[in-house]
Amino acid sequence: MKHLKPINQKADRVQQYLESKTKPGDVVALQQTDAQVPLGCSFVFFPGWEVDIEGGTAGLCSPVERDLFDCHLGCFWPAQVPDQLNHAPDWTAACSSAQKDWRKIDLIFP
Amino acid sequence: MMTHFRASHLHQFEASGKPFLYLQSAAIFALDDASQAILKLLDAGSRTREDIQGMLGTHLSAAELDEGMDELLRVQAIVPVNEAPKPIPKVIPLEPFPLTTMVMNVTNQCNLACTYCYEYGEDKIVDTTNGKQPKFMSEETAKQSVDFMFREAGPNKVVHMTLFGGETLLNFPVLKIAIPYARQRASEVGKRVEFNLTTNATLLSPEIIDFLIENDVAVTISIDGPQDLQDKFRVFHSGAGSYDVAMPKIKELLRRHRAKPIGARVTLTKQTLDVQRIFKHLTEEIGFREVGFAPVTTSPGQEYAIEDGGFDKMLGQFRGLAHEFLECAVENRHHAFANVKDTLEEIHKGASKAYPCGAGLGLMGVATDGQVALCHRFAGSDDHALGTVTEGIDRERQNDFLDRHHVENKTECRTCWARPLCAGGCYHEAHTRYGTTEGPNLHYCDWIREWTDICLRIYGEIAERNPTYLARFEGRVTNEASQTN
Repeated sequence: MKHLKPINQKADRVQQYLESKTKPGDVVALQQTDAQVPLGCSFVFFPGWEVDIEGGTAGLCSPVERDLFDCHLGCFWPAQVPDQLNHAPDWTAACSSAQKDWRKIDLIFP
Repeated sequence: MMTHFRASHLHQFEASGKPFLYLQSAAIFALDDASQAILKLLDAGSRTREDIQGMLGTHLSAAELDEGMDELLRVQAIVPVNEAPKPIPKVIPLEPFPLTTMVMNVTNQCNLACTYCYEYGEDKIVDTTNGKQPKFMSEETAKQSVDFMFREAGPNKVVHMTLFGGETLLNFPVLKIAIPYARQRASEVGKRVEFNLTTNATLLSPEIIDFLIENDVAVTISIDGPQDLQDKFRVFHSGAGSYDVAMPKIKELLRRHRAKPIGARVTLTKQTLDVQRIFKHLTEEIGFREVGFAPVTTSPGQEYAIEDGGFDKMLGQFRGLAHEFLECAVENRHHAFANVKDTLEEIHKGASKAYPCGAGLGLMGVATDGQVALCHRFAGSDDHALGTVTEGIDRERQNDFLDRHHVENKTECRTCWARPLCAGGCYHEAHTRYGTTEGPNLHYCDWIREWTDICLRIYGEIAERNPTYLARFEGRVTNEASQTN
C-alpha cells in the first residue's frame, strides 16, 4: 500500500491479507472467498442438467443450450484446449510447473 | 447512480505531528497527504469519487486520489453509503477453550472492612457472612482445584494460578499445601505453573515472606496510597486505618522479594482521586515497581462513587502519568504506571475483542466450596456459576454465557470506535451498576474513549520515536493474572 503505512501488528496482518487477495480483474479460483460461483456448472446441483428422465434432452427443465451460455459467461468449460500436436505444439513450453507458471499459458488465436 | 462514500467508525489521532488511523479491526495505519485529505472530506459528509476529485484535484493527481480511495476502501476505513454494514461474525470460541488463569478464593473472610469492598460492602453479590459457602477453602478443595486447573488447561504449557480472597493470607495453611501440590502436579503433567497472590499486606510475616520467595510467588498488594488516603476506606473492623500496620510489612516484602515484580493495585474513589500523589508515594517513597489504578466498582449513588467531574480529574492525572511513561519509553527506561503498559500491549498486538475480558473463557474463579464461576468477583454466586472443580465446566452453561455476552449483542457498542479494546467493559461492574452482566457499562463510555485516545497517542509517539521499544510486547501471552483485582 502506498498511502497507508501499517504501524501495529494487526495492521501488518491486514496488509498481508490484502496482498494475498487477488486484485480486481484477476483470475480467481472457485475456492477463494471472493470468487463468484458460476451459474450452472458441475459444481452446482442443477436438476436436469445432463439428461432427462428418459435419457434424452427433450424433457430437461431448461434447454440443453443453457449450459453453453452459462459456461460462456461465467465458467471455463467446455472451452477447447489448443491442438498441441499440430497447431500449437509449444503452447505449454513456458510452463514447466503448472502450479507456478500457469499464468504464462496464453490464449491461442486461430 | 454514483456511489457515495463515508468514513467508517474509526478514530483519527495525531502523534509526533503525524496523522494516524485506528480502525474497527484494531489496525493502526499512518496516513499520507492523499489519504488524510480524503478522510477529512468524508468525515464532514458523504461524497462520490467525482466530488473528491473535484475538491482535491488541484493539489493531488487523479491517480493518487483513486489509489488512496481504493486503499481506504480495502482496509474498511471508508464504506459505500448505500451498503448495509457487514455484520461482524458472531464467532463463539471453540470448546473446550483452554484455561489460562484460575483465580482461587481461598477464603471469603477479611481482616479489613474496606467500605467500598465489592465482596462485603453494600454492592456485594454473595452473602459471605451467613451464606452457604464455607469461610475457608479446605485442603481437599484446594487440591481438587489444582487438578481442575491442569485438566482444563488443555494444550497450554503455562498456567497461572492466582491466590485470592477475602484476605488471601487468612488461609495461609491451605496456601502451604496448594502451592507445592500445584508445583508437583505441574511437573507430572509437563506444564509450568506461575503463582500470583493478592493481599492487603497486613498479615505478612517473615515466615510468609520466606514462603513467597521460595515459591517464586508474584505479589499484588491492594493499597490506596499515602496514609490519609489509605486510611479513608481501607480500615479494620474497628474503624482504625491499616496504613501503619501494612506499610512496614510492604517495605520488608519489597526489600527481600526481588525475583518477581511486586505490584500495587489502587482503588480510586471520589474522595481519593489524587492519582499522581498516590503514584509518587507508592513508587518513590515505598518502592513499588508497578502501580495500577482502577475506579471503585459501585452502584450509583454510593458516597464514594466517582461522578462525572471526578472522571475528568482522574483522566487529567492519568494523562500526566501516561506522558511520564512516554518519556521513559522513548529512552528505554522503566516506568511503573501499569494501566498504560497493559493498554499499549493490546494496542500493539491489535486486540479486537469479542469479550471484554477472559472471564468464563480463559479465566475462571473458584469459590471456597469449589464452585467455578465466571471470575473471582462472582465466586460463590449460583447465578454466575459454570461448574465445579470436581465435575468440571458445564459446557452448555458456558456456551450460553458466551452466546449472550458476545460484543455483537451490545447494540450500543456498534458505532463506537473504541469497541475493539473495550467490548463493553467489566461484567461485574455492569452487574453492580445495572443488575445484569449482559449490557455495556454506558456510564464510562466517554471516559474509556478518552483514555483509549491518550494511549493511542502515546503508542503513536513511541512508534515514531523509539519503535524498538514495542518489540517487548511481541510473542508474549498476556497474563490475565497480573490484572486481577
